[in-house]
Amino acid sequence: MSGVEQGGWETVIGLEIHTQLATKSKIFSGSPTAYGAEPNTQADLVDLGYPGVLPVLNAEAVRMAVKFGLAIGAVITRRSVFARKNYFYPDLPKGYQISQYELPIVGKGVLDVMLEDGTVKSIGVTRAHLEEDAGKSQHEGVGVSAIDLNRAGTPLIEIVSEPDMRSAKEAVAYMKKIHTLVRYLGICDGNMQEGSFRCDANVSVRRKGAEKFGTRAELKNLNSFRFVERAINIEVARQIDILEGGGTVVQETRLYDADKDETRSMRSKEEANDYRYFPDPDLLPVVVGEDFIDAVRATLPELPDAKAQRFQSQYGLSAYDAGFLIASGEMADYYEAVAALVPSDAKLVANWVMGELSAALNKDGLDITQSRLSAAQFGALLNRIVDDTVSGKLAKEVFEAMWAEGLEADVVIESRGLKQITDPAAIGAVIDEIIAANPKQLADYRSGKDKLFGFFVGQTMKATGGKANPVLLNDLLKQKLAP
Amino acid sequence: MSLTPKQIERIAHLARLELAAEEIPAYSDSLSRIFGLVDELDRAQTAGIEPMAHPLEDQVQRLRADAITSPNARDLYQQNAPQVDGGLYLVPKVIE
Repeated sequence: MSGVEQGGWETVIGLEIHTQLATKSKIFSGSPTAYGAEPNTQADLVDLGYPGVLPVLNAEAVRMAVKFGLAIGAVITRRSVFARKNYFYPDLPKGYQISQYELPIVGKGVLDVMLEDGTVKSIGVTRAHLEEDAGKSQHEGVGVSAIDLNRAGTPLIEIVSEPDMRSAKEAVAYMKKIHTLVRYLGICDGNMQEGSFRCDANVSVRRKGAEKFGTRAELKNLNSFRFVERAINIEVARQIDILEGGGTVVQETRLYDADKDETRSMRSKEEANDYRYFPDPDLLPVVVGEDFIDAVRATLPELPDAKAQRFQSQYGLSAYDAGFLIASGEMADYYEAVAALVPSDAKLVANWVMGELSAALNKDGLDITQSRLSAAQFGALLNRIVDDTVSGKLAKEVFEAMWAEGLEADVVIESRGLKQITDPAAIGAVIDEIIAANPKQLADYRSGKDKLFGFFVGQTMKATGGKANPVLLNDLLKQKLAP
Repeated sequence: MSLTPKQIERIAHLARLELAAEEIPAYSDSLSRIFGLVDELDRAQTAGIEPMAHPLEDQVQRLRADAITSPNARDLYQQNAPQVDGGLYLVPKVIE
């Protein structure tokens, strides 16, 4: 299901992605931003909203926001303005969040996203603004809520997309692209479990061909790619149900509940949804000059799209393979380190990194930086395939032993006797025995039962413990079986 | 202009102020007079004038280096809190 069309309905999705910036200190105070500290040990007077304190803007947060803007080819606002977004909630002690409203630091940009069928779609980015995160509330206690303000004041950029996505899968592809990009840029650690990268989705449906958007619902609490996809699909089905039943969709905020796999209304918050934005008098306009922007531009790394292009031209990989390998910078670096050791077959390296290695990492819950095999160890194994020491099939056994026991490829091959038999005489002798032991199959083969060729291949492989060189084996069998 | 009791109630709700019914006329009167002043400002000719984000319009925001300068002073700050538990600030329950 592409999701583009469901019984004559079209889905329209826009995302707001909250990206915590990887600064050491907070956006307006000198408190640390490290995750997981004891409650309220990283909240100073500014973060606590004490009277008489003044926010002072963190230069690194500005630099990171500009870096993101440049990476998506966006307009950088030369003079951006902080505004107060007013609402009451105990994890926001000041009673307002410092954000940007009319003049965000990053203006319009665009991101090209590759969809599952390989087509590329351009998704518009409306804006990205700097703001402070709020604290965290816990509601388990009787009659009380407990507040931890360590997160209050952590710098964020909120990346707002155009309503350009037409299915949950497109939304996920866009979100993954932003996730890859911010990690390439080194501006966010991308850790979704810890809330460093979070998403709200604006979802509506309309009759196919209609120009006007339907009424949207805003889905909150989407903290994994899987939840984004599921929540959107559930919400789309809910809205279509309402509309087909003759009802109307209410504009509201809805919370996704992963345990129940449903979205439900958060009306209580909606009622007070009047933020009364105005420029924050505590902060002057933020001016970024050409020299500042040029200096940031000079720090841009090779970006994901450029790297994917280079992988295709330099290593002869397909767009799909390149897209897989560049999804994280660390994975791409690992691939390139191995490919440098196995220069004759970059495609083989790609297959093994995407196949055996990724499967082993997934199974053990590791990322590529925690791989049990260094690029050098992995490259040494692949070189034993290239030089015909082991067959591709037995190389998998070697890989498993290396992974489990941390051994070198040559040690495993030697100690387990997995070296490929490439001596034609030795293979020929085995074939002769097999033929002699199976006169009926030989006769049938020679009388036209071509399928029995596979039988002889299997028998010979079995007799050699899978070690016969397959190409050689095929050639020899053909010769010997010929009448 | 004159604000209706309903508008006064909404503004009070947004500001989390509890108003008794008999207080509403007084607030309506004084807030309406503030709006009257704003109406007067609205008559000023502002066509062609770029809005200011700050009265100190020739100055720009200073930036600070990304450095940790605030040590943990939780115990000191929490002396001002009515109720704490395990380092957390406790407030009347907010149900979402």
